Amino acid sequence: MARSKPSSRPLKARKPGAVPDAAGRFGPYGGRYVPETLIPALDELIREYDKTRADRAFRAELDVCLASYVGRPTPLYFARRLTKTLGGARIYLKREDLCHTGAHKINNTIGQALLAKRMGKRRVIAETGAGQHGVATATAAALLGLSCDVYMGTEDMARQSLNVFRMRLLGAKVIPVDAGSRTLKDAINEALRDWTTNVRTTHYILGSVLGPHPYPMMVRNFQSVIGREARRQILREAGRLPDALVACVGGGSNAMGLFHAFLRDRRIRMIGVEAGGLGITTDQHAARFATGRTGVFQGTKTYVLQDPNGQIQTTHSVSAGLDYSAVGPEHSWYRDAGRVEYVSVTDKEALEAFDLLSRTEGIIPALESAHAIAHAAALAPKMSKRSVMIVNLSGRGDKDVQQVAKLRGIEL
Amino acid sequence: MKRPPHPNPPPSRGRGQRFLDPPLSRGKGPQVFHPPRKGEGVSKGYPPPLRGRAGGGGAPLANRIDQTFVRLRERGEKALIPYVMLGDPDVATTEALALAAASAGADLLEIGIPFSDPLADGPVLQRSAERALAQKVTLADALALVRRLRAKIQIPLLFMTYYNLIFQYGDERLANDAAAAGVDGLIVPDLPPEEAVPLETAARAAGLYLIYLIAPTTPPARIKLIAKRGGGFLYYVSLTGITGSKLPALDEVDRSVQAIKRVTDLPVAVGFGVSTPEEAGRIARVADGVIVASALIKRLHAQPDPASRLAELAAYLKSLKTALGPR
Repeated sequence: MARSKPSSRPLKARKPGAVPDAAGRFGPYGGRYVPETLIPALDELIREYDKTRADRAFRAELDVCLASYVGRPTPLYFARRLTKTLGGARIYLKREDLCHTGAHKINNTIGQALLAKRMGKRRVIAETGAGQHGVATATAAALLGLSCDVYMGTEDMARQSLNVFRMRLLGAKVIPVDAGSRTLKDAINEALRDWTTNVRTTHYILGSVLGPHPYPMMVRNFQSVIGREARRQILREAGRLPDALVACVGGGSNAMGLFHAFLRDRRIRMIGVEAGGLGITTDQHAARFATGRTGVFQGTKTYVLQDPNGQIQTTHSVSAGLDYSAVGPEHSWYRDAGRVEYVSVTDKEALEAFDLLSRTEGIIPALESAHAIAHAAALAPKMSKRSVMIVNLSGRGDKDVQQVAKLRGIEL
Repeated sequence: MKRPPHPNPPPSRGRGQRFLDPPLSRGKGPQVFHPPRKGEGVSKGYPPPLRGRAGGGGAPLANRIDQTFVRLRERGEKALIPYVMLGDPDVATTEALALAAASAGADLLEIGIPFSDPLADGPVLQRSAERALAQKVTLADALALVRRLRAKIQIPLLFMTYYNLIFQYGDERLANDAAAAGVDGLIVPDLPPEEAVPLETAARAAGLYLIYLIAPTTPPARIKLIAKRGGGFLYYVSLTGITGSKLPALDEVDRSVQAIKRVTDLPVAVGFGVSTPEEAGRIARVADGVIVASALIKRLHAQPDPASRLAELAAYLKSLKTALGPR
């Protein structure tokens, strides 16, 4: 089998002092706050994952999948008209929307599904918000012949009905979750409960840099292919490193995937964009860094939107993929350390950016990615024309077309 | 034996690695498997003298949980540990149910404090927590309830809740306030021993036990570790799953409980899925107690009014208690 060149470079073993540490801590964040039943499964996952990182055959298999099935490397595209319209920094888009299934999520699901197969687990489960992770999991399961159940809040199922049907076409079972806010966080609760019950036969493919260790580390590593490619591509295209990176942050996997290869270049500004919903002065948003505080939620210690007693608050965003009460623990750490800046963008601004990119570049972005575009549009004019910005276009907007039409009162 | 990882690893000198060194974790590194020394904290003046047993002649006073299991053992009985949810449907009912439980034969009582995202709980306890949260009950309400109960009943009282509520209240503050109110133990299903060091230390210092859970998936070496860290009793989760699921073959439960008892002298109570007196009696042949939560809540919720709830609770607990000995 020919080794394909482009994508996932060997994953290195953890060095002393690397993050996270052996207990899965990113500074004070992270850890494993889960029922005892799951601890042995997490231990097994850590062992197996560590083995695969050193295993050439696994890496070769993953590389082939990423190159010939996912379509990596994805292009780094110079957005000429958008740059001209905004009149500032040169904007490059990392085209994760061109991945098979239409978003970056598949980088992680292929990796984890291969891992599940090696562990002898015949069934995978997943949670999904926007449906992109569910579709990517269903796809990887179909590719590898695994059975697949996806948990999804009923509120999300209503606004992402297209993705529900896609998952079913791919042979997955979509299990509606009618509890709490009926969105992503409730789907994760239910997936964790399923995993607790069926842990001996099932692998849980968590979709973001969330949950108990090793998920935040493992998902980051599978997604870090985004940043490694982007780094190589920008050096080739622009002849230098970028001045700023912008990505949206729900759980934070696409942002962490882009940022990770650049963290050591301290000169590069990194900006994570949270969902400001109806505005952060209302309680209808998902801006964890704006009004949240440290808490323990769904297996990890991180910034959480919660009431004074510690009850988790429900969130709101026009984009299902950013509509979540907590954020990946590694983001919390970089936020406290001042390495990454976090801002928020409202539903309205995101919808404007959705139109802007569609009309200037002929690219309809996912509503999640539109948040990153919206901030880039605000930031670029303040930067010099020589400066370079990379925006992670984490997904395409086909799944959102129906919802946007509905918001505008158009019956399709 | 392998040493645990150094709590504060030296900074890596790899090229460009500077930022990746943890800048925020000076001093306290990963606190994995450092069990507080036996007896640490316990003899430091807590628990406050139990009613009628003031003083104690310098010897460490036993926690009510220890006393209860010793007494039950002497009588050849097994512990009945029911569960009530604070605020379902309201706090006054919870108080009445707790008192009724004590007189119907409950040997210990778990008081659930509702959390918005109870990921170890099945549908029955999830719905119960939703009803309770509609009452906006808090940890402070739970402490106030225990203070009122302590004026009337002396059975050990346990808080069962998820860690974020405790973390927001503060580990030490909660341990001290709970001990002062008359709580004897804490059960926190999303806090495995690796993450529990701060709370366990605070609890021990205040004279409370952090009750650890052991699952069917827990390997033998880990059972030993948990047993060493645990106090009061060990909570054996009878099934791989969430509360209120169907029990597995009881022979399997027997074998697991026996395996735990081989490595520890602590009492072992079995919960998650126990519902009938027959099951309770069968499990009590090897276990030291049974915990009944979902099955009880389900019965209570099926009752139309508070009076019939109390009657149902009394009848159900009495039938369970009869099955638990003496033998």
